[in-house]
Amino acid sequence: MSALSRDDVAHVAMLARIQLTDDELDRLAGQLDQIVGWVGQINEVAAQDVPPMSHPLPLTNVTRADEVRPSLTPEQALAGAPASAQQRFSVPRILDEE
Amino acid sequence: MSTVTDLTSLTAAQMADGLAAGEFTSVELTQAHLDRIALLNPVLNAFLHVDSEGALATAADVDARRAAGEELPRLAGVPIAVKDIACTQGLPTTAGSRTLEGWIPPYDATIVTRLKEAGLPILGKTNMDEFAMGSSTEHSAYGPTRNPWDLDRIPGGSGGGSSAAVAAFLAPLAIGSDTGGSIRQPAAVTGSVGAKPTYGGVSRYGVIALASSLDQIGPCARTVTDAALLHEVIGGHDPMDSTSIDAPVPPVVEAAANRDLTGLRVGIVKELTGDGYQAGVQARFDESVELLRRAGAEIVEVSCPHFDYAMAAYYLILPSEASSNLARYDAMRYGLRVGPDGVDSPSAEQVMAASRDAGFGDEVKRRIILGTYALSSGYYDAYYGQAQKVRTLIARDFEAAFEQADVLISPTAPTTAFRIGDKLEDPMAMYLNDVATIPANLAGIPGLSLPSGVADEDGLPVGIQILAPATQDQRMYAVGAALEALLAEQWGGSGSVLDRAPDVTTGVTTGASAEDAK
Repeated sequence: MSALSRDDVAHVAMLARIQLTDDELDRLAGQLDQIVGWVGQINEVAAQDVPPMSHPLPLTNVTRADEVRPSLTPEQALAGAPASAQQRFSVPRILDEE
Repeated sequence: MSTVTDLTSLTAAQMADGLAAGEFTSVELTQAHLDRIALLNPVLNAFLHVDSEGALATAADVDARRAAGEELPRLAGVPIAVKDIACTQGLPTTAGSRTLEGWIPPYDATIVTRLKEAGLPILGKTNMDEFAMGSSTEHSAYGPTRNPWDLDRIPGGSGGGSSAAVAAFLAPLAIGSDTGGSIRQPAAVTGSVGAKPTYGGVSRYGVIALASSLDQIGPCARTVTDAALLHEVIGGHDPMDSTSIDAPVPPVVEAAANRDLTGLRVGIVKELTGDGYQAGVQARFDESVELLRRAGAEIVEVSCPHFDYAMAAYYLILPSEASSNLARYDAMRYGLRVGPDGVDSPSAEQVMAASRDAGFGDEVKRRIILGTYALSSGYYDAYYGQAQKVRTLIARDFEAAFEQADVLISPTAPTTAFRIGDKLEDPMAMYLNDVATIPANLAGIPGLSLPSGVADEDGLPVGIQILAPATQDQRMYAVGAALEALLAEQWGGSGSVLDRAPDVTTGVTTGASAEDAK
């Protein structure tokens, strides 16, 4: 059975903010369908009453003292920015034009 | 030790002793490695960036401090390579991705800080599968690393740069990261040693995240003792990593001096041997089992029935976490930014989608899409939710197995190194390389791989994996060191499997020009 169609892959890719080309969709869709079919085998395991494990360590709410400590300067924080202006990250428009 | 070239063939422990005894300086030792890198890196592509100046400056500083009579950490002056997944202030850090090409982090990872505090000259940054996704280093955006045993073969992955560097004597020590086997499998296929500590045993602050509930930093080396020495430098609690264990580093160096196996219970994991393992891999494993038995260990067979589902659970949990972690590469604050073709005044969302398409390779896209799908509404319970339950069952299998055995063993990887290109178009075949290493990551327990010999059919190295309960890392070092000594006795020579590796400098035609260029 096909788990994942080419359209599904295109949709999920957009949810993940990856604009796949047609060639990439052709290549990845078949592979992803095969992989999704294969990982689906975990549903063969009867695990209704088993608690989920999100993490190997029994840690909860690790906190630290709320104290100011040394951090990056604005220049350091902006050093890798694709574009910056006035000590801020400069980004493309975030609203639709209309 | 008569020439500088010979220095690279010493173990890290011998280098440390030689430096302490004044037999040679750290500048000489570091320069010997830089020379070998200049000669061989054009062929191996193990390093993405070499920091000669920085390494020699650290070496000179260590030499000066030693000459002044200062008491120095054991590994001070011994050079090291760092996987390009750890942030290094002032040195490019790419994680093997086009999206981070040329990025220079504004801060050091905690492990890098600890290396600097311990006085280890950092030779450079090693190649890796993009964002550590892969088992061959072929998924690097900067070309594959080649296995020093056979230049047409893979050095394992994701940490193939670190394993090749160590196995080819470009560095005595290297940093690796292991999410599903990325330290242990490269060690196995290059005839070197690699250890994944207990989850939380080594800080991940400043290390580029792949899957946060699985990732662990650890040592790559040529001997078990050298791995333990590096483990001790990088291990221990770090308040900057909230998943860091607040307890002393297990006594790994002390354990690596162990040669006594009397009464030790060694469990063979039934599900991780036999079918699917290459004949030469299985043969070397069986021989090691026999050596352990003759040395007084009690061999028992244990069954971990849910391991059959470990791969499937892993390939849901890892992509789910990765899809979330890699959301940070949004082309806004750092990393590659490109606009979509033919769009005037594109929106941030369009720029983001175009940049991520241009900046990520196929394997990264596959896993992000798979993870996004597994977490999406309507599929969460059947995929991610169910995988987390299976993860519990795998951890319980380990708990039961460790009731019957002090350590568990298996071959590290099902095959020896395969040819570059062989599995590139078949992601599923690639994933199966990690069948024996993945369960440890799911449960958070430590694992170590050391060489068990070479396979008869292809003459390539084979690794054996030793697993221990969480926080009991010293056990795998104790058993590993004892087995290493037994194998060395059997093999003779220097006792290292690397004695049997072909001379990688043979046929390196760039050698003369690299020398001239200096």
